Amino acid sequence: MSERRRPDIRPGRLTQEAYAAHFADHVPPLTAAQAVLEASRCLYCFDAPCMQACPTRIDVPSFIKRIAEDNARGAAQAILESNPLGGFCARDCPTEVLCEEVCVRNVQQGRPVAIGRLQRFAVDQLMASADNQIFERAPASGRRVAVVGAGPAGLACAHALARAGHAVTLYDAKPKGGGLNEYGVAAYKTAGNYAQREVEWLLGVGGITLQCGWALTSRPQFEALRREHDAVFLGLGLADTYRLDIAGETLAGVADAVEFISTLRQAADPASVPVGRRVVVIGGGMTAVDAAVQSKLLGAERVDIVYRRGPEQMSASREERELALVRGVTIQHWLAPLEVLGEAGCVRAVRFARQQLVEGQLVPTGEECVLEADMVLKAIGQRLGNPVLQECGLALRAGRIAVDECGRTNVGGVWAGGDCIAEGQDLTVDAVAHGLRAARDIDLRLRAERPARGD
Amino acid sequence: MARLDTEFCGIRSPNPFWLASAPPTDKAYNVERAFEAGWGGVVWKTLGEAGPPLVNVNGPRYGALLAADRSLIGFNNIELITDRDLESNLAEITAVKRRWPDRAMIVSIMVPCQEDSWKSILPRVEDTGCDGIELNFGCPHGMSERGMGSAVGQVPEYIQMVTAWCKRYSRLPVIVKLTPNITDIRFPARAAKAGGADAVSLINTINSIMGVDPDTLTMTPAVGGQGTHGGYCGPAVKPIALNMVAEIARDPQTAGLPISGIGGIGSWRDALEFIALGAGSVQVCTAAMVFGFKIVQDMASGLSAYLDAKGFASVAQLRGRALRSVTDWSLLDLNRVSKAVIDQEKCIGCGRCHIACEDTAHQAITATKNGRRHFEVKEEECVGCNLCVNVCPVPECITLRDLAPGEVDRRTGLAVSAERLEWTAHPNNPTRAGV
Repeated sequence: MSERRRPDIRPGRLTQEAYAAHFADHVPPLTAAQAVLEASRCLYCFDAPCMQACPTRIDVPSFIKRIAEDNARGAAQAILESNPLGGFCARDCPTEVLCEEVCVRNVQQGRPVAIGRLQRFAVDQLMASADNQIFERAPASGRRVAVVGAGPAGLACAHALARAGHAVTLYDAKPKGGGLNEYGVAAYKTAGNYAQREVEWLLGVGGITLQCGWALTSRPQFEALRREHDAVFLGLGLADTYRLDIAGETLAGVADAVEFISTLRQAADPASVPVGRRVVVIGGGMTAVDAAVQSKLLGAERVDIVYRRGPEQMSASREERELALVRGVTIQHWLAPLEVLGEAGCVRAVRFARQQLVEGQLVPTGEECVLEADMVLKAIGQRLGNPVLQECGLALRAGRIAVDECGRTNVGGVWAGGDCIAEGQDLTVDAVAHGLRAARDIDLRLRAERPARGD
Repeated sequence: MARLDTEFCGIRSPNPFWLASAPPTDKAYNVERAFEAGWGGVVWKTLGEAGPPLVNVNGPRYGALLAADRSLIGFNNIELITDRDLESNLAEITAVKRRWPDRAMIVSIMVPCQEDSWKSILPRVEDTGCDGIELNFGCPHGMSERGMGSAVGQVPEYIQMVTAWCKRYSRLPVIVKLTPNITDIRFPARAAKAGGADAVSLINTINSIMGVDPDTLTMTPAVGGQGTHGGYCGPAVKPIALNMVAEIARDPQTAGLPISGIGGIGSWRDALEFIALGAGSVQVCTAAMVFGFKIVQDMASGLSAYLDAKGFASVAQLRGRALRSVTDWSLLDLNRVSKAVIDQEKCIGCGRCHIACEDTAHQAITATKNGRRHFEVKEEECVGCNLCVNVCPVPECITLRDLAPGEVDRRTGLAVSAERLEWTAHPNNPTRAGV
């Protein structure tokens, strides 16, 4: 038996053809014929449950009827009117627990209308058309709004405010806009650089200036923002990740799953991204699945998702978990990490304690196991992690920014939404809903106030 | 096993399924294949006068109305009668009938409305050994512009006249094919009978334009940028045809006149409906043009199984059995009351019944109950109109329940009477009997 190099972390494990196949759309787009046929399954329900299940209340029956009637542009309009990031949500939403879960065709035919795929079809048709801007800006209001964070919440908020005629400056710490859509979602869900194409389309409405490389790091910055704008929206996301707080966490080969995903998303060529031969992903959410599946797609031989509770408690949806299994990932339950074991400064394994539920409490059984690993990816959650917010006087709730039912923070003229507030399930579509809600409130507020100076 | 063999105005066939006069019966090749597949008879595609054959368009002859899954709902054509010469047709008819003596061979004819034209063609057709002739008074496109087809069928006097010539110059049974492009089908049927017709067949196709191309703004189907109305057929026309068949079957002046039912027949159930409303045979075209000739086997299988299940020994025993259920509106029993019932076990919660009733009918179906999505009939509003039954996507989920005599109709507050009450005797009718 030949001695393997430790740790076995390297790029280029696969052929170029394999990379291309692995990182193409994992759910292929519908053809026009398939879309019309699938659309014909929609019953055009009264007070449609799918619409109620969508955080952005997309009029699903109408957009589907328009697809059936060969009016993809009208379908896209119905979608984007409610959710300007409808194209991304169509790729990323866990529809099986949202619109498609409540589709009445489940009851009758055991299979919902493929709402997500139809939504993607309609928006893709629009995006590919010559004149894809369907929204016109209202006359300039002369009011200025700062939106901090160009993720889904900030983009949605900025787009809606720009449509309403306000001038928006959209700030983001990263080199590109898009937030998690650009940096945090698995590549196979947004093939063809869709996240950037969507950002370009959103900015195409006009009235939005995107300023990248700008991070909120001090109170004076925050006060300046408030002074120089008529309103401020914070869509900061969650910049920090939780640590395992166990021995060996700093060994080479231990990384944050979000960093791993981000590196892969930003890589010009997936072949350049190093991956371990054996990868252990710790966590039970979408990020864990995205990291695990992509490790496998990069050529890792063995990938384990290790979660300290059971399948029912995983925040990754059933469909996500099935995707992981189909891609060859192993999911281990009831194992809590005790220690990352190293060798010459590099990870070689992780030691786990088996858990069980005793009267609702997670307690160790006393049994332990060790999983060998060249790479350990931590996906146990993210947190706000920006002390400046509290310095700025923003009240927090459950570790995130507290807002009222309109998205207002406790600081006057400052709204917030997306993952940085304690609301929703941290889905793209939740963030979009927050951004739109705040934009509506900001617009109402600005209209109610006296006209802008100089008017 | 119930018998499917049929006798229709003296013409025998092993089953009641005939192919209608149309492209599927244009030539020996097709008809041979049809007989091999099991068709009980054919009506050979309409023959015209001797001489140079007529000319068809060489662009689209057909158009279709399709459902989202591209299943065919309606069909239209602008093809004329045969464009093959008379001699070839007659020779092929002779040969095919000789090879298939047990199958019904009917020859469709359309020649100008002149006695000589009919007098000269009829003996030649009779010489083929065919079992009967069908007079094409129905074709609504092209030939009608030349004074034939539906141009004849729309004038009862012409129908009677030509039918009488055919009876005079031929010993063959005469079936008169009627056009539905008229206001009251009973008049042409009566004229056919008066002319001595042995039977009528109906319906022929309906004047129709299939649509408009949104890009070119030309009607469809179009030949070189222009189109003309075609003849409409297929599943969508069945209800129109069933009504016309029943009208003739229950008209005292034509009752008992054999009817060959045509119009949207594609399954044994369609055939059953025509037969139960008085048809003695049925003719099929569109379904065969969509699926090929093999469908006759499925139709025969289904009809045979139905007859067995219901205890009918033959097709003839089924004929006209639903006719007594057809009457005039004025003779309907206005004392009967039905209410919709939604089976909550079957309901999938789409709410179509609610919105249909709420927006367009009687506001008789709830949308919520105790704050939850729930669809239930409000009997105090329901008039039993059946709209909800028709829009519900789940079979048997919504049904109509007939109230028993004595039961209180919660809409009117009145007990349902056991008595029969027709409009003719209704107190609100100012012209009621006895006033």
